[in-house]
Amino acid sequence: MAGLALAMAFIMAAPDAAFASFDEAINSATAPIASAIGAIVFFKIPVFGAQLPLVVLWLVVGAVFFTIRMGFVNIWGFKHAIELVRGDYANPKDAGEVSHFQALATAVSGTVGIGNIGGVAVAVTVGGPGATFWLIMAGFLGMSTKFVECTLGVKYRNENPDGSVSGGPMYYLRKGFAERGMDGFGKFMGAFYAIGIFIGAMGIGNMFQSNQAYVQLNNVAGGALDGLGWLVGIIMAGIVYLVIVGGIKSIARVTEKIVPFMAIFYMVFALIVIAMNGSAIPEAIGNIFTGAMTGEGVAGGALGALIIGFQRAVFSNEAGIGSASIAHSAVRTNEPVTEGVVSLLEPFIDTIVICTITALVIGTTAVAHPGFAGDATGIAMTSAAFETQISWFPIPLALAGMLFAFSTMISWSYYGLKGWSYLFGEAPKLQLIYKLLFCFFVALGCTVQLGPILDISDALVFLICVPNILGLYILSPIVKKELDSYFARVKSGEIQKFK
Amino acid sequence: MTEKFLVAVDASPGSERALKAAITVAKSSGTELVLVHIIEWSPFSFHTPDELAERHKRREEELDRAKEALLSPAEAAASAAGVAFESIVRHGNPAEMLADIAEETGVIQMYVGRTGGSKTQRLLFGSVASSLIQISTVPVTVVP
Repeated sequence: MAGLALAMAFIMAAPDAAFASFDEAINSATAPIASAIGAIVFFKIPVFGAQLPLVVLWLVVGAVFFTIRMGFVNIWGFKHAIELVRGDYANPKDAGEVSHFQALATAVSGTVGIGNIGGVAVAVTVGGPGATFWLIMAGFLGMSTKFVECTLGVKYRNENPDGSVSGGPMYYLRKGFAERGMDGFGKFMGAFYAIGIFIGAMGIGNMFQSNQAYVQLNNVAGGALDGLGWLVGIIMAGIVYLVIVGGIKSIARVTEKIVPFMAIFYMVFALIVIAMNGSAIPEAIGNIFTGAMTGEGVAGGALGALIIGFQRAVFSNEAGIGSASIAHSAVRTNEPVTEGVVSLLEPFIDTIVICTITALVIGTTAVAHPGFAGDATGIAMTSAAFETQISWFPIPLALAGMLFAFSTMISWSYYGLKGWSYLFGEAPKLQLIYKLLFCFFVALGCTVQLGPILDISDALVFLICVPNILGLYILSPIVKKELDSYFARVKSGEIQKFK
Repeated sequence: MTEKFLVAVDASPGSERALKAAITVAKSSGTELVLVHIIEWSPFSFHTPDELAERHKRREEELDRAKEALLSPAEAAASAAGVAFESIVRHGNPAEMLADIAEETGVIQMYVGRTGGSKTQRLLFGSVASSLIQISTVPVTVVP
């Protein structure tokens, strides 16, 4: 805390001019790094005139494979997922343990971030309205990937001697491979994932969030915060510092409680705007379908739209990245499949419901008020779409955006920490280094422009899909066996409802 | 089979009086007691990932604390009066969970104090006693 106060004092005392080009300096330093990392991770192969990044292909093929391998559990498992979340199968004697609802809610508040508001706008800008269709498809297929990773997360989690749990890809990669006689490879994959989730936590779960929160704040303030990204960043970093280092859990707890209401508030107003653009709905939906098939005006045509849609969907619902299985692993259950089934709902809520609604707000506005957004993209574009119908909405939207960003940052600080402590152990001193680093990146996120930020975040997060999905493939027979055994027992009545 | 009364135990003076009343009746009629404390908890609340990971540990601590601070004194009072008893601590919605446990243990009647929880809580959600009157499947004795 003292360090922070010192930094603040220094900034206050320093002449304004010294900081005028501060944002710019950071920006020009980051951009080349971003494009270098991006070029490696998003190595593209030309397919029918479109540029297909290998990593997107990797994710799509994985999601399709898991959907088929698990026999479309994303469709028929849905009803059971709702029953589990409602607590129909919860033994009252276990009350007080982490419920399916709580594990899901925590994981959802980690994924419902500013990407649901801003990322969709990026998808529509680059990929045209057709990207929305592929976004939904990606959400649908991603449900199966999520099912596999969360089942494995619970199955291979560590139950520590003190009663707390640690789970996630690093554990299922290590233990799962060891079980199959690939001890060394498992260790390598676990460590690789841990490094990736740690670095990814600084990007997707951190810089992108703080950047978009700042953009929206500045937008509402009418540009009054131009060039003051560093200041907003330091304030935001300060609040995050209070929670993750200062242990002021009440801030996090309040956010966790507000976020679900904010999400509902957002959706209600989004539906109102869509309804107000009522006459534009048929054309907007038509544009989504024709765009998906023809890819008119999109670089790479229909395939181009598909690529963008899938990329944004994964960025939003994190299926294939494995991060959510860290949060889902905390649930108390003897049946790993139950949490896998519950986790199906996560891409559904995040992508199929919330992202689609955002896309429709933008889509209907684009039909009703062509050129409404000017040059704006990201969250500013979504905000402009709302503004055409509800003039005051950018203000609560900025607030909602800040809260979404904040809760995502808190969740991801935990995911990253789990990766970090997997590598370096639980020593409090080392954990403090991680947390300080995390705060630094929060501040940094506000000072660089959206382009390089997105490049870095995307690249780093997509990188960990490689070990994760490879693990999911190899361990999928285990998941399939668990799935069949579990549902056979539900059918036979061996697993009973309690209410 | 011996007949049993359920007694809702918490830190309130009302609960103390309910226990006293139950012990008096149980002693004269040879009834056993089921001493129950419910730790207020909802499966539909929101938590940070940190809290979830620690939850199992916290739950054990909560159970231990309730046993030690609330149930032990009640058990001692029952023993002193020579009344047989069993005790249960569980998480959940107090009124609903008490009604469920009443059914589960097959008690013929339950004793609860009139007030528990804070004033605002009562104002918002009603007292445990008044909810029990609505949902209980066994006779409820509310002790002032």
